[in-house]
Amino acid sequence: MKISALLLSLAAMLAAAGGSLAADSPKTGGLLKFAVSAEPPNYDCHANSSFAFIHPVRPHYSTLLKFDAAKYPAIKGDLADSWTVSKDGLTYTFKLRKGVKFHDGSAFTSADIKATYDRLRNPPAGVKSLREGTYVDISSIDTPDPLTVVFKLKKTNASMLANFASPWDCVYSAAKLKQDPRFPERNIMGTGPFTFVEHVAGSHWTGRKFDGYFEKGKPYLNGYMAIFISGAPMVNALAAGEVLAEFRGHSPADRDRLVKTLGDKAVVQDSPWVCSLVVTFNTKKKPFDDARVRRALSLSIDRWGGAQALAKVALVRHVGGVMRPGYDLAASEKELVQYPGFSKDINASRAQAKKLLQEAGVPNLSFSFTNRNVAMPYTPVGVFLIDQWRQIGVNAKHEQLETRLYLAAMQKDKPTYDAALDFNCDFMDEPNLALQKYISDDRSSINYSGHIDRALDELYDKQSGELDKKKRYALLREFEKRTLEQAYVVPTIWWHRTIVTHKQLKGWHITPSHYVGQDLADVWLDQ
Amino acid sequence: MNTAAVTITYKVPVRRHPVRLFITQQPLGAAGLIIIVLMAIAAMFAPWVAPYDPLAINYNAMLARPSAEHWLGTDSFGRDVLSRIIYGARTALAVGFLASFIGSTIGAIVGVVSAYFGGKTDMVIQRIMDVILSFPIIVLAITVVAVLGKNIVFGLDINLVIAIGLPMVPKVARVVRSSALAIRELPYIDAARTAGFSHLRIIFRHILPNVVAPYLIMLTAFVAQAILAEASLSFLGLGVTEPTPSWGLMLSGAAADFYEQAPWMIVFPGLAISLAVFAFNLFGDSLRDWLDPKIKL
Repeated sequence: MKISALLLSLAAMLAAAGGSLAADSPKTGGLLKFAVSAEPPNYDCHANSSFAFIHPVRPHYSTLLKFDAAKYPAIKGDLADSWTVSKDGLTYTFKLRKGVKFHDGSAFTSADIKATYDRLRNPPAGVKSLREGTYVDISSIDTPDPLTVVFKLKKTNASMLANFASPWDCVYSAAKLKQDPRFPERNIMGTGPFTFVEHVAGSHWTGRKFDGYFEKGKPYLNGYMAIFISGAPMVNALAAGEVLAEFRGHSPADRDRLVKTLGDKAVVQDSPWVCSLVVTFNTKKKPFDDARVRRALSLSIDRWGGAQALAKVALVRHVGGVMRPGYDLAASEKELVQYPGFSKDINASRAQAKKLLQEAGVPNLSFSFTNRNVAMPYTPVGVFLIDQWRQIGVNAKHEQLETRLYLAAMQKDKPTYDAALDFNCDFMDEPNLALQKYISDDRSSINYSGHIDRALDELYDKQSGELDKKKRYALLREFEKRTLEQAYVVPTIWWHRTIVTHKQLKGWHITPSHYVGQDLADVWLDQ
Repeated sequence: MNTAAVTITYKVPVRRHPVRLFITQQPLGAAGLIIIVLMAIAAMFAPWVAPYDPLAINYNAMLARPSAEHWLGTDSFGRDVLSRIIYGARTALAVGFLASFIGSTIGAIVGVVSAYFGGKTDMVIQRIMDVILSFPIIVLAITVVAVLGKNIVFGLDINLVIAIGLPMVPKVARVVRSSALAIRELPYIDAARTAGFSHLRIIFRHILPNVVAPYLIMLTAFVAQAILAEASLSFLGLGVTEPTPSWGLMLSGAAADFYEQAPWMIVFPGLAISLAVFAFNLFGDSLRDWLDPKIKL
């Protein structure tokens, strides 16, 4: 009796384990439909910085390295098979995968890596690269053979390996770039798991499984369709199962509604987010060329009260400086409250702000505040900021623009905005990435403020080359203090990411960045 | 011959004030007019009528349900819904009246010019009107807003007003043209021509004043449509932007997110739109009946 019971329970355990294994082993086939709440402004990875681009486009491309989404922030090879870093930290050697093909059937070699990174760090005339600053420390790129590439650095850079895993650094075909350096702006042609099928503006973007993809057996999906839909219709589509996911993030209200509607079909994942909303002042325009005006506007923002209240209705939650709160190189709360605009005594801060505006000769300041028309979290934070400024007698006119017009208004060559709600989102916690918006205009491709501040540049360079964590931390506090005093760009509230997916969507893992883990190579449908 | 005095009693009709006459003859229209007047008063005197600043955020009263403190509750920023509706009437009425006035006035001029000159001029103008008419109001307005962008003058987006007013032009032009065609054939127009008056003088001095009745009727009827168009465009994110109080805008964004948790965020602005449209439609219809001699007979 006892033996038969034991055998029965053993059989049951084996069956359960078998069932679980069967459920967890990836199945092939199916079309993944997901929502994207905005459209890509063009097709070039190197010139983009929005989720609206990366979610539909990333599955077409590969990068040299990539983040292992399931074990974030661990890095693994994508086009690189293996790599070594020299002891002095100045030479990075990558061995590339064999037999990789582009979607047009041409062979991938080290020349493609060189052409891609040359374009990123030194874009030819007419080509826009938002990552010039990231690769400024590279002195040369050598290709001793078709499957080896060697990067040599001018000086040590603490974030270089992570940079090679950047999801923005799509590898392009050297041959195509030679014919036309602007080829990627209008064409999609990579080595990624999915080939491009079509982009119907205002409707959808589709990709089909690339049969020649270098990872055998992947991708699992037959294809994907990114449907451009936002706001309530997007939540409705998700609730109805017309789309299985939206990978950027949901507001608390949307999360609650989806969980209520989908019940046990919903899978909720959440994480702190390497994203903050920052106010960028156009320092080339009066009165924002005056530090007193910028600082006054920062001083009037009740970040602590705002974060607590907005967390109930928007996807923002944390107060932080230039680095994500909670990250080991970020300022502690004790340090933070010492900075202008971060004091918990908001009345004293606002009194000081009014005084500064008076001194600057603009006590009744009025300006146009440019914002994106992406509802979450831009609209609530925009409304919050306008209210904060009203409390010191400042009138900000809210101008919410479609993504393309918003980016055009903030163009580096001819910025037309006064002040804007900008985002500072990175694919990982790393000062060299997070500080790009704060360093001088001539050194950063994402500085929209237009300021030149050599003191900040010097502090940035020092921390970038500093391998001792304690010393780097101290340098970062100096940088943070100066940047918040000068207030060219001021952080407001940091985000919190929540994703609700349907249960049948498998192989996708949340990370603190909505840019990472979006090549869909490991995603499958349990159907 | 007998003569008998015959007394004829003649009752002189009492001249009643036109407003009183309108109220007596068109009670529904009068009800509409009263609602419109009340809304206009609330909009004009909003700072005194509204219990709270419509832009002031109150963290402690976020999504508060209707109560003695906040009669119509608060929104996701803790802003008083009643105050935002009262201030929103300013946007609705300003955009509604201005768009309707611009659209109707241009339409009346186009209609009269088309009827007066006739022939090829009439044919070309009417075909252009046909093209504009072939687009639904909201589609045309969306296109105009998207092309023109925003142009704020005295706190009002003039391009939004144009976008809403433009689709009204052909409708008014059609109605006014039909009236003007009849007037064109009357002897006093011939007399004016014989006297050598210029076309401009004949149109503006002799024809336009005689098409005021259909013009006024159309203008009133279109205010309701303009209010609805403004609300729709703001709902779609093409009209007024946050934090400006606007009924259409109050229905979109956070209101859609919290419609289960805080239904008052949607119900009351929706009622305000319905009431305004209802009032203008009642008034417009009654005005038409009142001014139209055929209907009086």
